[in-house]
Amino acid sequence: MATLERSAPAASPVHEEVLDNGLRVLIQEMHTAPLASVWCWYRVGSKDESNGQTGVSHWVEHMNFKGTTNIPRDKVKGIIEQFGGYWNGYTWIDQTTYTETAIRDALDRMLFIEAERMTNCLYDPRDCESERTVIISELQGGENDPDTLLDQELTAAAFKAHPYGHPTIGWLSDLQTMTREDLYAYYRRFYVPNNATLVIVGDVETKDALRGVARHFGVIAPGEVMRRSPTREPEQFAERRVTLQREGTTAYLKIGYHAPAIGDPDFFPMLILDAVLTGAKGINLWTSFRTPPPQRSARLYCALVNAGLASSVSGGIVPTAEPFLYTISCTATAGTPLARLEEALLAEIEAVRRHGITAVEREKAVHQLRARLVFENDSITNIAHQLGYFATIASWRILPTIRERIDAVTLDQVAAAASERLKSLNRTIGWFAPLPVSA
Amino acid sequence: MTTTTHPGLAPSRAILDNGAVVIAKRSQTTPAVTLHAAIAAGLVFDPPDRSGVAHFVSRTIDRGTRMRPAETIAEELDRRGVSLNVTVNRHVLSLVCTCLVDDLDTILALVADIVGQPAFPDDEVHTRRGEIVTMIRQDEDNPATMASEGLLAGLYGPMHGYGRRPRGSIESVEAIDRAMLGRFHETRFAPRTLSLVMVGDVEAAAAIEAAAAAFGSWQAPQPPPLQLDEVVPPVRRRVHVMPMMNKVQADIAYGFISIRRADPAYYAYWLMNNILGQYSLGGRLGDRIRERQGMAYYVFSALDANVIPGPLFIRAGVSPANVDRAIASIDEELAKLAAEGPTESELTESKQYLIGSMPRHLETNIGIAHFLQTVEFFGLGLDYDVRMPALLRAVTRDEVHDAARRVLVPDRATLVVAGPYAGQPA
Repeated sequence: MATLERSAPAASPVHEEVLDNGLRVLIQEMHTAPLASVWCWYRVGSKDESNGQTGVSHWVEHMNFKGTTNIPRDKVKGIIEQFGGYWNGYTWIDQTTYTETAIRDALDRMLFIEAERMTNCLYDPRDCESERTVIISELQGGENDPDTLLDQELTAAAFKAHPYGHPTIGWLSDLQTMTREDLYAYYRRFYVPNNATLVIVGDVETKDALRGVARHFGVIAPGEVMRRSPTREPEQFAERRVTLQREGTTAYLKIGYHAPAIGDPDFFPMLILDAVLTGAKGINLWTSFRTPPPQRSARLYCALVNAGLASSVSGGIVPTAEPFLYTISCTATAGTPLARLEEALLAEIEAVRRHGITAVEREKAVHQLRARLVFENDSITNIAHQLGYFATIASWRILPTIRERIDAVTLDQVAAAASERLKSLNRTIGWFAPLPVSA
Repeated sequence: MTTTTHPGLAPSRAILDNGAVVIAKRSQTTPAVTLHAAIAAGLVFDPPDRSGVAHFVSRTIDRGTRMRPAETIAEELDRRGVSLNVTVNRHVLSLVCTCLVDDLDTILALVADIVGQPAFPDDEVHTRRGEIVTMIRQDEDNPATMASEGLLAGLYGPMHGYGRRPRGSIESVEAIDRAMLGRFHETRFAPRTLSLVMVGDVEAAAAIEAAAAAFGSWQAPQPPPLQLDEVVPPVRRRVHVMPMMNKVQADIAYGFISIRRADPAYYAYWLMNNILGQYSLGGRLGDRIRERQGMAYYVFSALDANVIPGPLFIRAGVSPANVDRAIASIDEELAKLAAEGPTESELTESKQYLIGSMPRHLETNIGIAHFLQTVEFFGLGLDYDVRMPALLRAVTRDEVHDAARRVLVPDRATLVVAGPYAGQPA
């Protein structure tokens, strides 16, 4: 067993290498704990899905935990756990990713698993059928939550052309009708080394790790992904509105604005703007859900929660490859009409559009974001996630510049972003207006 | 003040002159420190006739002190990027936050003020009551919460400290006022009920000194000891259905009363639970119900051995058409493990996993802080991280089998089904 002794931190620079088959490899030594984290990222997500195959990326992710040519189905269980390890995966709009974190001695096992996953998954027809109902259960579990339902409806209404509009889990009818062949063809098309980034962070030696990568991945042939650019979302010319009426106990309000992608100069001003409105979340999708933002003095918290109109408010702008949404979500307190909550929220939005933010607010937002950047780098798993995430949606080289980019945002840039991005023509408003629950 | 150090993770522990316990561990991963202040003021201390007080205190304690109005606290936290997370469980109310090292003294002083001198201003009590009522209404629309709370009420009774709804009912919360919150604080909050853990990039001695400066002058009378009703495990199977026909999926909560954390059999129960519903993707239950039958996205078991015998429970979310089949599968897996015990390889794998995952659980400041609070709460000893592997390795297959035989008796299970299901499972 590895010891629990910790040594002084020694984070090395990121080593980048591209294998002959196109696999991008990022390695960062970090000798703070006797652990290694491996992430394998694929540039495929729900935005790559066509009509009739929504949800295929996520279903494929599930299938890639069900045995390979060299990892028999009954040997999957425990393959990483015997090293005290954790493994998982997730799929979202731009990406599908798989991760293992375990003691450093398990590095070779982790690389073996990911190389197998890239090329040798089985797709046994019985497993495909069994997983179909598991995913439908996952979808229905989500639909038990009114806020999830509203989010799905709002996103679908906000995008009328771009595939960011459909839920990553897919529409039910597609989940009921897709075949094993659909899944396998999708897997073979996108799971090629030239469409992937492999990240290793932890208590490893770069040269040893690279040798392991070459041994496991070097023999995998590249493939042609034949990626098509998705339809560009046309400019929105009118405010959109969805009202969901179902039995429930609580009313929810959600507003989605078309937002800048990571490469847009407005992205960082929007990040500051969101921190002023709802508190800074940071930029790590993997960790940001786990720690609530510092928001007690944020504008919308004061105007909605402290005023007793909402029991919670949150804002979210996430780095994405293409323009997604900046979403503000509120839970109405019992007895508060949604119209009143919406009026108060929109009044704050109009105020920030007209007057921008103050220098004091900017300073606070910058400090919050700097602190979050420190807090969200507290584990090799989180650091490895960020490298892979940014490599997949844009470039990992953005990461070391983020603090600088945040510091450089001016009041004028925030004011301009607020004025342009938060205009009424750019938004979709969603209500979950509960109907009385029948006895 | 006395200080002791230990090998392994090697935290330092000090008892301040006023009786408060401070534990500090240096970790240099980031220039930050996680603070975890735990006070023995959990849900079990709710007045018998007024559930929800401890939770209400957790929502209002940081909303103004005698020295600082709520806005000042908000500003002090926010401008340092700190979010103070206040939670309450059965026995403990916790305040947890992470701050930059440079802000440590300021945040410690703020947390000490919040813990020792909360004011519970009337306007804040009014506003947070509205939030709590909304949360209770959300809970009542959530099959997973309803099933879980229903199970605990079924196992312990709705008035017992382990069976009461954590947030109380709308009726009870409507009646909680500032005076009630103040009385709860006065009765339960004292230096001798506080343990403060600090993990981060600061020397342990300096951290303890800083904690002493912040908390050392706090004085309050020793709270009365905890009194909890004895529990009697159910002797027959009981099934309760909570129809929620507006939902899509049903949630099953299925459980038993297990053992105390201090029970010598704890390690056998821990391994048994890992084999049953944790290992890899949900242990034997996950193999059967998710992997082979494709019935559930989540199915798992959890063991909450506590001050008194805590629950061992199984949770699953399934389509209403599969409720009966899922319960039958749970029954069969439990009966099988109780009849045959685990295999040797299952036992070896679970031991390897639980021992091998320690470095991962102790990688982050917050992970270490939670671990050290658990160690302190249950009196496991500051060398527990060093001793734990041997305690697990010593467990035999017979002991795990015996644990399964004792607790996994489907005929004595308590079951709650919440969701779009109006049947009556066997």
